[in-house]
Amino acid sequence: MKNLSSELLRFTTAGSVDDGKSTLIGRLLYDSKSIFEDQYEAVKSASERRGEEGVNLALLTDGLRAEREQGITIDVAYRYFATPKRKFIIADTPGHTQYTRNMVTGASTANVALVLVDARQGVVEQTRRHAIIASLLQIPHLVVCINKMDLVDYSQEKYEEIRAEFEQFASKLDVHDITFIPISALNGDNVVDRSQNTGWYEGATLLYYLEHVHIGSDHNFIYARFPVQYVIRPYNDEFHDYRGYAGRVAGGVLKKGDKVMLLPSGFSSTIEKIDTADGEIEEAFPPLAVTILLKDDLDLSRGDMIVRENNHPTVSQDIELMICWFHERPMQLHGKYEIRHTTQSVRCIVQDIQYKMDVNTLHRNQEDKMLKMNDIARISIRTTKPLFVDAYRKNRTTGSVILIDEGTNETVAAGMVI
Amino acid sequence: MNYRLNHLRELESESIFILREVAAQFDNPVLLFSGGKDSILVSYLAKKAFYPARMPFPLLHIDTGHNFTETIDYRDRWVKDIGARLLIGSVQEAIDRGLVTEEKGYNASRNFLQTAVLLEALEKGKFDAAIGGARRDEEKARAKERFFSHRDEFGQWDPKNQRPELWNLFNGRKHFGEHFRVFPISNWTELDVWQYLAQEHVPLPGLYFAHRRKVFFRDGILMADSEFIPKRPEEKVAEMTVRCRTIGDVTCTGVWESIAATIEDIIEEVAASRKTERGGRTDDKRSETAMEDRKKDGYF
Ligand SMILES: Nc1nc2c(ncn2[C@@H]2O[C@H](COP(=O)(O)OP(=O)(O)OP(=O)(O)O)[C@@H](O)[C@H]2O)c(=O)[nH]1
Ligand SMILES: [Mg+2]
Repeated sequence: MKNLSSELLRFTTAGSVDDGKSTLIGRLLYDSKSIFEDQYEAVKSASERRGEEGVNLALLTDGLRAEREQGITIDVAYRYFATPKRKFIIADTPGHTQYTRNMVTGASTANVALVLVDARQGVVEQTRRHAIIASLLQIPHLVVCINKMDLVDYSQEKYEEIRAEFEQFASKLDVHDITFIPISALNGDNVVDRSQNTGWYEGATLLYYLEHVHIGSDHNFIYARFPVQYVIRPYNDEFHDYRGYAGRVAGGVLKKGDKVMLLPSGFSSTIEKIDTADGEIEEAFPPLAVTILLKDDLDLSRGDMIVRENNHPTVSQDIELMICWFHERPMQLHGKYEIRHTTQSVRCIVQDIQYKMDVNTLHRNQEDKMLKMNDIARISIRTTKPLFVDAYRKNRTTGSVILIDEGTNETVAAGMVI
Repeated sequence: MNYRLNHLRELESESIFILREVAAQFDNPVLLFSGGKDSILVSYLAKKAFYPARMPFPLLHIDTGHNFTETIDYRDRWVKDIGARLLIGSVQEAIDRGLVTEEKGYNASRNFLQTAVLLEALEKGKFDAAIGGARRDEEKARAKERFFSHRDEFGQWDPKNQRPELWNLFNGRKHFGEHFRVFPISNWTELDVWQYLAQEHVPLPGLYFAHRRKVFFRDGILMADSEFIPKRPEEKVAEMTVRCRTIGDVTCTGVWESIAATIEDIIEEVAASRKTERGGRTDDKRSETAMEDRKKDGYF
């Protein structure tokens, strides 16, 4: 059977409005022959109806009525394609500032971010904001696609200028792997096929890069973390005393017979069995969903965590976070929010807003205590019950939180544990 | 030791995680079951997610009454196999009661009447989460949907104002009277679904495999001949070897000429196909944003 064991790469687009993100994704799908005939026909006739010259490939992802009317992306579109080398999940995100929260949604699970820059405009504020978000989210690889090269005569000088500008800004960020590619999403230069117009460029095409970039792993295989998600109790004769702790391994490798510690109780026990619907397995690792049975009759519930004795997360009610604020209503200092972390959900109070980050200069503003939509800030919170956290840079699963407004039920912030 | 899951295992574990999340976050979930491969897959994964316990929610079939007979036979057997409880919302009964009005004409379909019946069934059963088998690769409006998709008290979707959904942290909080649609197989492609169903040896409805059937052409789409579809005088019925790529109500499900007789053949065919599976769905063809418009109103 084909493709049965292929690797999965998740990537996201980023960059300012109209820099060509959706067009690029359309081009990538089209040139890699991942578009179906009826999809292409539909996009072609929609382009004709709209009186556009040529086929607008952005319509492949801009599927909502409002997006088509306004010619912008509003919410993330997920697209899937595969080459013989890899399977890809693409999140095409909006560049518009108003919809930054949707960009964060698409980027939160990505291994690679494609940051688009319009060659005529160079690096603008929204490019910087997205690059900062990508670095906070610890996306391991950034590909800066300098787009619309057709509009600057494929000028190497222009390319080098933007490259230098971006590198200078990125040197202050926590990103380690940056690649630059001059492209034209509209015409397809260096997307799937090597361009005849950029003889001076010796690097890879975008598709080649995506097929070959090393994706080690998003997961931490060292520190064992198993948040209990759901307790399975069959209550039938065959499985009378069965009490299984279902969940998804969030870190490390858990093995049958391992001595484990339970949080928050601090009790110890031993893994008796790692169960799945396909039978028992010897060991479990991220991101497997399994059911763990313990030797001792202890009463764990959702939100508890199974860890190893010699290595546990920080158990604390005082937590430091970098957050991105999503809501029109500003964050309130001393405001109370629901906080979700792994399978826990408790309340918290914002104790301090330490600084707000200026996305253009990366300057830390300690005076302004008002967090508005799209602001990035470092804050301190206190929770009603202890959380079991790791630094986000050590573990994306046990280091991430969301804040929810209890009045409106909206998700108002994404947070990364420092 | 290589701790890397192949993509089918990774998708499986993501879906199981989401199904358990639904059971943990909602009081009264229900799984929408159409009898097609996607809802077969979701119910199969739900069985796995709660093993060895029974799945903690019933299945709900919104039955238009215009089914392929095979669908109902399969449904009843499958529900028994996986040990689930089945609820039925009947469109026929809703027509008789006057909740909805039957469409008229050659292209009449009960597909659109399902929305009202579904919303009523959710309200009556006080269901606060409806689990569906929609996939993002199916259609451009579905490509925009969250795993946990919020619906207001009228059951409507607001695609311009969806909640951010970060990492694997799902926010199922809602006000009284609102509900969620949850899509555990959002990230699966059509090919993934077939490869997985083959790998797991899941029994499937015979309609998916090539068989002889009376069919006719309408607007370039091959349709199964059925007592529920009035034919225009010029529409000639002929027998051909066909199979379904999606299974829905008879009146809106196209069939394809195909000789794919086994699941391996189907995988070959899907992998080589140049048309999407919904290319045969007449319900999507009514306008450019037909799916989005239906979804806003509360369709599956
Ligand atoms: N000349 C030229 N035009 C381009 C190129 N790439 C994109 N465009 C045009 O730029 C405009 C915006 O393209 P989109 O792909 O919608 O931009 P976007 O980045 O997805 O925009 P948002 O999603 O709204 O942030 C469209 O008119 C495209 O045709 C390119 O390489 N060359
Ligand atoms: Mg776009």
